[in-house]
Amino acid sequence: MSVLVDASTRVLVLGITGHQGTIHTRGMKAFGTQVVAGTSMRSGVPEVEGVPVFANVEEAVEKTHPNAACLFVPAPYAKDALFEVADAGIPLAVIITEHIPFHDMLDMLYYAKEKGTRIIGPNCPGIATPGGAKVGILPNVIFHPGNVGVVSRSGTLTYEIVNSLSENKIGQTTCIGLGGDPVPGTTFLDALEKFEADPATKAIVMVGEIGGVAEEEAAAFITAHVRKPVVAYIAGQSAPPGKRMGHAGAIITRGKGTAESKVQALSKAGVRVARFPYEIPGLVQEALRA
Amino acid sequence: MVKLLEWQGKEIFRNYGIPLPKGAVARSGDDVVKVLGSHVSLPCVIKAQVRVGGRGKGGALRFASTPEEARKAAEEILGSRFKDETVKEVLIEQKLPIDREIYLSLTLDRSKRLPILMGSAEGGVEIENVPDEKIFKLWIHPFAGVLDYQKRQVAKLLGLSGDAAKEVAFIIDMLWKIFQGEDAELVEINPLVVSAGHLVALDSKVIIEDDAVFRHPQYEHLQGDLTDLEEKAHEKGIAFVEMGGDVGVIANGAGLTMATLDVLLENGGKPGVFLDLGGTDDPKKVAEAFLLMSEAKPKVVFINIFGGVTRCDTVANGLVSEIKRNPPNFGIITRIRGNNEREGKEILNGIGIGSYSDLAEAVRQVVAMEVKP
Repeated sequence: MSVLVDASTRVLVLGITGHQGTIHTRGMKAFGTQVVAGTSMRSGVPEVEGVPVFANVEEAVEKTHPNAACLFVPAPYAKDALFEVADAGIPLAVIITEHIPFHDMLDMLYYAKEKGTRIIGPNCPGIATPGGAKVGILPNVIFHPGNVGVVSRSGTLTYEIVNSLSENKIGQTTCIGLGGDPVPGTTFLDALEKFEADPATKAIVMVGEIGGVAEEEAAAFITAHVRKPVVAYIAGQSAPPGKRMGHAGAIITRGKGTAESKVQALSKAGVRVARFPYEIPGLVQEALRA
Repeated sequence: MVKLLEWQGKEIFRNYGIPLPKGAVARSGDDVVKVLGSHVSLPCVIKAQVRVGGRGKGGALRFASTPEEARKAAEEILGSRFKDETVKEVLIEQKLPIDREIYLSLTLDRSKRLPILMGSAEGGVEIENVPDEKIFKLWIHPFAGVLDYQKRQVAKLLGLSGDAAKEVAFIIDMLWKIFQGEDAELVEINPLVVSAGHLVALDSKVIIEDDAVFRHPQYEHLQGDLTDLEEKAHEKGIAFVEMGGDVGVIANGAGLTMATLDVLLENGGKPGVFLDLGGTDDPKKVAEAFLLMSEAKPKVVFINIFGGVTRCDTVANGLVSEIKRNPPNFGIITRIRGNNEREGKEILNGIGIGSYSDLAEAVRQVVAMEVKP
C-alpha cells in the first residue's frame, strides 16, 4: 500500500521535449514508472525516451489514458497547462515548475478543486512510492520500500533525509514533496490524512521549514486526527528574522512562523522533534518500537 | 519582493483613481520650491522616500508653512540616512485636515490559501501595534473578487456612511484590481484618512511579487533593500543572504541551506554568507556562485550539496574551474552526497580538496578551520 501513486499510476509529462522534461522522463522510467505520454508545444517530435508526444492533453488522454500529470512547463505557461490537465479530468497534477506567481497558483488551486484534480507543488520535487511509481524529479537511488511515510516542504533536504532513512534500513511507503511556495496544492494536513488512512504506513516523518503557519496547523491536526507516531524536523531554527532563505516559504514575518512556535506546537502534539536532520532515523526507530 | 516607494505606489493608486493629496516628488531644495510654485500649496508635508517604516517617529516626515521652511526640511532629509537607507527623494504633499485615520490592506493569507482584506478604524500606526480585536479580516475568493456585501460590511465596521461609504467601496474595488492586476503581494493604505467628509489615501505600501515581474517589466529595476552582493546574486538567480560571520556556505535548496545553518551554529560556527544554488545542472552557475562567495571574503567556505537535479560532478567541475582560474585565499571544506557523488569526489580530490560524507563531521572541520588563527 501507499498514498496517491503506485504501480498503476500512468504518467503524462507536460513539457517533455524540454531539457528537464526529457531528463526526468528517463529518471521516472528508470524508477519503474509507467510514463505513457508527453505533450510539447514543439511540433514534429514523435517521441522522447520512447514515450509518444502529443500536441495537446486531450489527445494524449484519449490515446494513452494517463491518471497523473507531471508539469515541467515554464512558469508563464503553467496556469494554462494546469487548466488543460484539469479539463481533461486527470486526477493528479504534480507541478515541478518554480517561480509561478501566487496569483496564478490561486486560480490553479481553486480551478483544480472544482474539477477534482489534486495538485502537488508547485516548485516541488514530486512524489515517489518505492517499488511503485515516481512522479517528479527525486533521485531514484535514495529510496527503499518500507513502512514510513515522508512529507516535506523542502527539496534537497528531503533527499538527504530519505537517504539517511534508507541507509538506516528504514524504508518508505510514499514520499511527498509539497514544495515551498506560498500557495501549495497539497498541504501537510492533506498528506497526514492520507498517511493516517494508509494501512501500510506505520510512522510519519514530517520535514518543515520556518515561515508560514503550516507546521502549527499540522500540529493541531495531529492532535485531533493522527494516531500514528510522527517525527518532525524544522529547518532554519537559527535563521535571522525577515531574511528570505532561498524561497518564499522560508521567511519569518510579524513574529509568526518561527521555529520556536513550530517546535513547541509539534512537541505538544506528541511529535518527536529532531534538532538536526541526522537525528531523524534514530527517532523513527524509537517511534516504531514504541 | 519588489517593495515600491510611497510615491511609486501612489502612481499606481493614481492610475486606478484612488484619491490622493496633491503632491510631487523632489530630489533637491530647488525642486521643492518649483513644486510649491506650481501644483502643491502650503502648508505642506515633506516625506522621505524610504522603504522602511516608522518615518513619523524617525523625523523623516516634516511639516512646513513657507517655501523656505519646506526647502530647509527637504535639504536636511535628502542625502541623510534613515535606518539602513539613504534618502534620495522626498514627496511634497499638501497638508490636509484629518478627521479620522483608517487602515486598509489586501494580501495573501497563506494559511487559508486565500486573499485577505484587512481593515481597522484605528489606522495611522503600524498595524503590528494594533490589537487583534481592533482589526477585521475578510477572505476574498479569487474567482469572485470582493463582494458587494463585504464592501457594505467594511463601511459599517469602519463607521463610514453616505459618501464615505460609497468611496470606501470604490477604493476596495481598486485595491483588488491593483492586487490582481499588478501581481501585488501587498497593497496597503495606512492611513486612509477622512478629510472634510471624503476619503484620501495619505500613504501607500505596495509590494510586487518577484515571480510576476516578467508580466510587469516596469518594476524590474525598482528592487531596493538588497546589499550590493545580494543584488548581484539576485541578477544571477542565486539566493544569497549576508549574516555578518566569517563562514561562507554554499548549499542547494532552501531547506538544506537552512539545515546547514542550524548544524553550523550548534557547533559554534559563525555563518557569514549563505548562498543557495537552487537546482542547476550548469557548472558555470556553480563557478559564478563560488566567485560571488569569494567577494564576500569568508575565512572558510563550506560546500554542502545533496545531488538531485544538481549533480555532484557538476558542482565539482564548476568549483574546480573557478579555483584553478582564481586560487582562493580561504579554506574549503566540502560535503557532497547523492547523484554522481563518487565522480564529484574524485574531481575534488584531483585538486586536493577533501570531501566528507557526514554532515556533523564536516561542520566540525569547518569550525576547526574557522577558529584557527
